[in-house]
Amino acid sequence: MALVNHFKKFSRSVLNIASNYSKYTSNTMLPFLQTTRGASTTQQLSEKQEVNVTFVRANGERIKAKGKVGDTILDIVVNNEIDLDGYGACEGTLTCSTCHLIFSKEVYDALPNEPTDEELDMLDLAYELTDTSRLGCQIVMTKKLDGIEVRVPSTINDARA
Amino acid sequence: MQLAEIYNYIRSFSTQHIVPKVCIIGAGPAGFYAAQQLLKTSSNIKVDILEKLPVPYGLVRFGVAPDHPEVKNVIHTFEKTASNPRFQFIGNVNVGKDVTIKELQEIYHAVLLTYGAEEDKLLNIPGENLNNVISGRRFVGWYNGVPADSNLNINLDVEEAVILGQGNVAIDIARILLTPVDKLRNTDITSFALEKLSKSKIRKVSLIGRRGPLQAAFTIAELREILKLDGCKTCWRVDDFTNVNQVVNTLARPRKRLTTLMLKYLEETSSDTEATTKRLYPIFLRSPVEFLGSNTVHSIKLSVNSLEGNDVFTQFAVSTGLFEEIECGLAFRSIGYKSVQIDASIPFDIKIGRVKNIAGKVQDKLYAAGWVATGPVGVILSTMTNAFQIGTLMNKELPITENKPGFVGLSKILAQKGIPIVLYNDWKKIDKLECERGKILGKPREKIVDINEMLEIALK
Repeated sequence: MALVNHFKKFSRSVLNIASNYSKYTSNTMLPFLQTTRGASTTQQLSEKQEVNVTFVRANGERIKAKGKVGDTILDIVVNNEIDLDGYGACEGTLTCSTCHLIFSKEVYDALPNEPTDEELDMLDLAYELTDTSRLGCQIVMTKKLDGIEVRVPSTINDARA
Repeated sequence: MQLAEIYNYIRSFSTQHIVPKVCIIGAGPAGFYAAQQLLKTSSNIKVDILEKLPVPYGLVRFGVAPDHPEVKNVIHTFEKTASNPRFQFIGNVNVGKDVTIKELQEIYHAVLLTYGAEEDKLLNIPGENLNNVISGRRFVGWYNGVPADSNLNINLDVEEAVILGQGNVAIDIARILLTPVDKLRNTDITSFALEKLSKSKIRKVSLIGRRGPLQAAFTIAELREILKLDGCKTCWRVDDFTNVNQVVNTLARPRKRLTTLMLKYLEETSSDTEATTKRLYPIFLRSPVEFLGSNTVHSIKLSVNSLEGNDVFTQFAVSTGLFEEIECGLAFRSIGYKSVQIDASIPFDIKIGRVKNIAGKVQDKLYAAGWVATGPVGVILSTMTNAFQIGTLMNKELPITENKPGFVGLSKILAQKGIPIVLYNDWKKIDKLECERGKILGKPREKIVDINEMLEIALK
């Protein structure tokens, strides 16, 4: 287990696969948020409040999904097995931009945390970057965000026939 | 007429029993992502992915830096694809030698080339063959366990190194050279590379680009990481940034943020009081002219460039006629990769090192995706998007008028030639042993670099 201490990020992903892919906790690399997220996952699922997210594809198709307060949007995509090809390739470790989502200005401004430099660095590599773009793995759902709509960039959709 | 209609009807009915079979050449990210898309968009297609080596994942295994393990999480998606019963990984098959493209086109309904870009571009300047002038691609292969690169002859018993090129590969090389070696011990870096790096005397690395800061090729994430490297200070040349301040606010966001980050650290360069032992020197507006040295490189001659053209992005470097010499006991060439023509029947542009294709279509029933088609640029997102698009295109165009033998036919050809194949479960034996060996050393895996040993384990 020395590996875990020395190599938190990697070992986390290893442990995650070991448990169950659909259950893995996508996470941020920021230590303080790691703590927050770590704490939230120890809660009983039943204690968590349900939240709804609607994903809107570029072709207008709307996909409704449910999650819990404390889930990231990536968690919700994974847990609901939402059909977004390639979404979350690095599993929430801030090393790709495949979980790029576009928010309305209103929702964007209401998001609980501001993007870190590292998140913005990854967004800079995304297609169709907008001023209200975020990475789904970095958005932790709160009760206030219940019912939000997010737009999935068309490049991910284009790939689907 | 009527008879023909009935015939057509029967034919179309019977095609339901015809299973489309596709062969993908190259088991890197482009191949796996294309396979994923093909399997998804067709309910009965069979996808075989051929790989020259006995092990899958291409540059995810052999290119991604060992200190970037998170990037390798994409492998979980590839493993999911590999678990599909309509998918087959067939390793240790050298297409072009063991089986030709023409043969594959006869036994499969369509062939997709995703074999990447395995050679590096040469500088073609005098002294390039001197000792310790190293191919950046081979250096990456050496520390990442590419079998053909495990014998790389490199001397790290020197203090100054230069890297020609400023892409993400160049940054990876610089970071591996400058990172405190203890930070690499728990990665999947090859043990022999770690051993040699632990005795490295490199203190100073220059990262040389022919154009200016506004055209820098590295991504901001790679730059930010190296700027924060423990025990290493990045020292910019103030003169390289003349006029950059005036332009920065006119740039689109990604370029603007990258440039702003450089400018921020530029200010810190001038107040250099830190006692760090290692230094990174990004140097702009210099082109290599000649490596100097008798047997081994001892310095590099650079031409001093200026930029011409009005548009920042299409500006090109022109020599001013002035030169600069930088001492270096080690030099890396990292100016990009090119593909090779693995089979004479593949339409190939030798000049740019790429398969000739129009939006992924090479010719009837032959396609290309990833770096072999687009050139060696972009991050995993770009390769993924491209591979998804080509996978979709292939499914749309698949001719399903007759049955083809697929894997059965391929096995026959390979068996006749006595070529052993490594299937996915065979690879899992290698994978397991690598992880076990890694565990003993406190790392995620210790890669096996000998192809014979791989085969021995896989075919046991």
